[in-house]
Amino acid sequence: MNFQGYRRPDGKGGTRNYVLVIPSVGCSQGAAQAISRGFKGVIYLPNILGCGQMGDDPMLIKKTLVGFGTNPNVFAILIVGLGCEHLSVEEIAKGIAPTGKRVEAISIQDVGGTRKTVALGKRIVKEMLEDGAKLNREPIPLSELIVGTECGGSDYTSGLASNPAVGVASDMLVAEGATVLLSETPELIGAEHLLAKRAKTPEIAKQVLDAVAWWENKAIAAGQNIRESDPSPGNIAGGITTLEEKSLGCIYKAGTGPLEEVITYASHPTKKGLVYMDTPAHDIEQLTGMVAGGAQVALFTTGRGTPLGSPIAPVIKITGNRNTFLKMRDNTDIDVSKILQGKETVRSAGERIFEEIISVASGKITKAEKQGQRDFSLFKINMNI
Amino acid sequence: MKRFTQLEVEMEGKVNVIVINIKDNVATALKPLKAGSRVSVEVQGHVEKIKLLSDIPMGHKFALKDMEEGEAVIKYGEPIGQSTARISQGEHVHVHNVVSQPRGGLR
Repeated sequence: MNFQGYRRPDGKGGTRNYVLVIPSVGCSQGAAQAISRGFKGVIYLPNILGCGQMGDDPMLIKKTLVGFGTNPNVFAILIVGLGCEHLSVEEIAKGIAPTGKRVEAISIQDVGGTRKTVALGKRIVKEMLEDGAKLNREPIPLSELIVGTECGGSDYTSGLASNPAVGVASDMLVAEGATVLLSETPELIGAEHLLAKRAKTPEIAKQVLDAVAWWENKAIAAGQNIRESDPSPGNIAGGITTLEEKSLGCIYKAGTGPLEEVITYASHPTKKGLVYMDTPAHDIEQLTGMVAGGAQVALFTTGRGTPLGSPIAPVIKITGNRNTFLKMRDNTDIDVSKILQGKETVRSAGERIFEEIISVASGKITKAEKQGQRDFSLFKINMNI
Repeated sequence: MKRFTQLEVEMEGKVNVIVINIKDNVATALKPLKAGSRVSVEVQGHVEKIKLLSDIPMGHKFALKDMEEGEAVIKYGEPIGQSTARISQGEHVHVHNVVSQPRGGLR
């Protein structure tokens, strides 16, 4: 099966056709924002990092920003720097260049102040927009899709209705040769043995268990018992008692297929099928990681409702809670609450989600896009210096 | 009475209750249930009428059988925690009487 997408010079297929303005450092964020202002189809990333990080963090930040540039939903990229930062505009441009897309890099100190930089930047993105507008959607096999899955604001309906329905859609995508990302490692706690059992090889199973152990130990070292902060007060009010209960409901999103690969934050999958990305459970950082890893669409289940979206990837919101759907219609795309009324099967709800993925990948606007939700937050491990 | 498989929902009379897995020792209320009311559910292969000992808010769980302190609470066929007190059949099962299972040097 196909979706109608934008073919990129590297052969990949995009579901959107954005011009992306990336500030390489927090100091150039204002200029990047000003450049993007007033243009429909030009998106800027609110990045406040890029200088003063340590350990693995500079690598993570560069990888995430480069990942947004290489994501097939982006047509062309303008990188805006200050000039003296650790993460140079050239480094980011070099990371994106292999895609064959147009990448330009400018720095405020070189150009000579914010006013000139914004004027120059606006000229560049205007050109990029005009070139992007000449591109038409064409049929692209579903096998080229990477679909991220996520749950947030969970309640009892998440594990009983929306996550199992997404699981059906995940299996259908995998059968088409697509890639499905499961992630949010802290919310694998209590269910990791079930995912590990589905791993293709013992090495992959060990990577799942190691990822969970890393998060638990990191939290313990910080004096935090993850199981005391998760589930959240809202989760508890919604009937979820422990993190294990939340996790067991959470992994339904992954469907039933074998686990092909475990990848680190913001990395690109090298396999088709079900792939696990080790990310935080923090909704925005998780979504950011999956999109940096190449996801062109994301599925987001919620019980209590959430407005979140991604700067460059459509996010389809799905709930099994009828009240939430009625109360938060402007945030929620698909209602699967009939499952819990015994009026729809999980299978049929999953098929509806699958159809919606194809429509959205082909250009249908999601509620989060309509609301202008362009949430972005980088995962890093250490404090800033 | 049909046998419950995963994600099938009992719709008996006005009561909506779901038992997800045959191994489960808790059921989930799909609407608010009143203390003193009786619900009909399948418990490990047998159909039982269970009298609710507490009000059960929508989406919350109640015990399908008596549990000792320290017993594994099972939902989705997997342990979701352990009881911190004796829990009687029909009692509300939530954060007041269940904690995460001990691991990693934490309680």
